[in-house]
Amino acid sequence: MSEIIILAEVINNTLKESTAEVVTAALSLGGNPILIVPGTSPDSAASMAATYEGVGSVIALQDDCFSNFDSAAWCEAIASVAPPGHLLTSSSSMGKELAARLAVSRNSTIIQDVIKIEGSNITHPIYSGKAHETVSLNGPSVMTIRSNVFKPSGNGGSASISNVNTSSNLRTSLKEMVAKASERLDVSEADIIISGGRGMGSPNNFEKLYSIADKLGAAVGASRAAVDTWEEIPHSMQVGQTGKTVNPSLYIAVGISGAIQHLAGMRTSKYIVAINKDGTAPIFRHADYGIIATWEEALPILEQELGTLLG
Amino acid sequence: MGCLSWFNMVEILVLIKQVPDTNAKIEIKDGKADLSMVKWITSPYDEYALEVALQHKEAVGGTVTALTLGPARCDKILKDAKALGVDNIARIDAPEGYLDSFSVQSMLAEACNSLGAEIIYCGKAAADTNAGSTGPGVAEKLGWPSVANVTNIIFGESSLELMQPSFEGQAKIGVNLPAVITCDKGMGEPRRANVKGIMMAKRANVDLIGVETVGGNTSVVGHASPPDKPPGKSFDGSEHVSTVVKLLRDEANVI
Ligand SMILES: Cc1cc2nc3c(=O)[nH]c(=O)nc-3n(C[C@H](O)[C@H](O)[C@H](O)COP(=O)(O)OP(=O)(O)OC[C@H]3O[C@@H](n4cnc5c(N)ncnc54)[C@H](O)[C@@H]3O)c2cc1C
Repeated sequence: MSEIIILAEVINNTLKESTAEVVTAALSLGGNPILIVPGTSPDSAASMAATYEGVGSVIALQDDCFSNFDSAAWCEAIASVAPPGHLLTSSSSMGKELAARLAVSRNSTIIQDVIKIEGSNITHPIYSGKAHETVSLNGPSVMTIRSNVFKPSGNGGSASISNVNTSSNLRTSLKEMVAKASERLDVSEADIIISGGRGMGSPNNFEKLYSIADKLGAAVGASRAAVDTWEEIPHSMQVGQTGKTVNPSLYIAVGISGAIQHLAGMRTSKYIVAINKDGTAPIFRHADYGIIATWEEALPILEQELGTLLG
Repeated sequence: MGCLSWFNMVEILVLIKQVPDTNAKIEIKDGKADLSMVKWITSPYDEYALEVALQHKEAVGGTVTALTLGPARCDKILKDAKALGVDNIARIDAPEGYLDSFSVQSMLAEACNSLGAEIIYCGKAAADTNAGSTGPGVAEKLGWPSVANVTNIIFGESSLELMQPSFEGQAKIGVNLPAVITCDKGMGEPRRANVKGIMMAKRANVDLIGVETVGGNTSVVGHASPPDKPPGKSFDGSEHVSTVVKLLRDEANVI
């Protein structure tokens, strides 16, 4: 059986849950998965990864370069321990950058955002989800796996762990970390997102979205019209073609018309709720649940209902 | 004082790509995306990269070359870049149709070498593939460091200080040239061409760069429209908010 390399997503020595989905994707390629767990002290993440069902073995890869993200250094460290074969990792922004480098260093092709694997036919979205492309592999490749698509693997396994140390040179230097202005969740990390558009009328009205987000443990996003119109709404909140692409379980769009470039960033959300006063707004064609109402009327009720339900 | 910067002729390269207008509907014909009717544009993030490259030159001097890969139709975005003020425009001639990342990055890296690039800018992802692979891939091919999704830059003579979003907030990162930087929005709205620029661009020549075609190791099986979502449920009036909350809990199981 050929070997399949899984690069675990590890941030500050903590294993990200998306890795369990990558394991399932790797198993569907029909090989023997070897999981690489990078870190400055990767031991606890490695023992956790060893419980994923179907994993053949785990390499705990210790390198001081993993203290901050530098794709050249990380690629060097990982490439030095990864045997040949397909290599898979999560399609986070770090994962995608690293995977692109690893593909070159392994003389293979990178396929980003994979959503389906059928034998050697691999499907991924292109044109911001307006089409799906299926490519066929004629050799080992590197793939990143879209989150929330493959079922996470169970954790009844007990793979053996080997330890490897490397020392790769950082090619960039971290000068300073400017902390986020608030402790709010970023849209790219959230499983529930509530976004506001131009229809919110003023940036102050986003406070309503924040109170609902707090109840749901959600992140607050925005349309480009909101980001461009109001200085208080930073670009980091923008969802869409020139903002972030998100794939949460629930996306609530408030006062957003549903322009094609906004849809480009959120159309693959599992469930979409739209609140808009205009029943003909395009967003309703993509919503699982649409509420034709002004936010002024709908949001207070939503907040109250969630309060009753979630405490 | 920076008065020597006049003599510092750093070779600034911007990689740009022609893509279907982001408003375009993508029709599928005989199992392949039919692009015969789409309008073509410069990929939006590449416009930020062009802006950054021009700001780099304005800050410390140098020469800006815009490079693309593709058939003759791509000359349009090179002329548009010329109108904005880049010094040179160049294209690797490649036929219509699919080229995988390995082919594209190998050819781009070879052209970057032959053009003597010392700093390469590109968009954080192209609007057609949405992959974001080109910048880091070309960097790896060249053996250079790269920093992705950059939102702000302080230009030095032989180094850069960059802002990049990270999990903890914003990271300020230092890198020495040569390097590849992929650009996000953040450095101001891309400038627009003026009449003089447009006139000059009309007469500009596109340098055709000859590089050996590199074969890839994937081929396209086909394209398909994404499966239609079943039609949703629509409710008129805010009195139905409670119904939707119940559905989110009992039908969708997401809250
Ligand atoms: C190259 C390019 C890239 C782009 N990238 C992005 C991107 O990344 N993200 C993005 O979002 N857009 C992007 N756009 C812009 C996009 O085309 C739209 O202009 C934008 O999404 C519109 O934002 P909006 O829905 O908030 O505003 P509008 O289209 O103005 O819609 C406002 C909506 O609010 C509703 N409304 C008004 N008042 C109320 C009320 N009181 N209660 C409830 N509803 C109300 C209205 O009925 C309307 O539907 C891009 C465009 C281009 C050309």
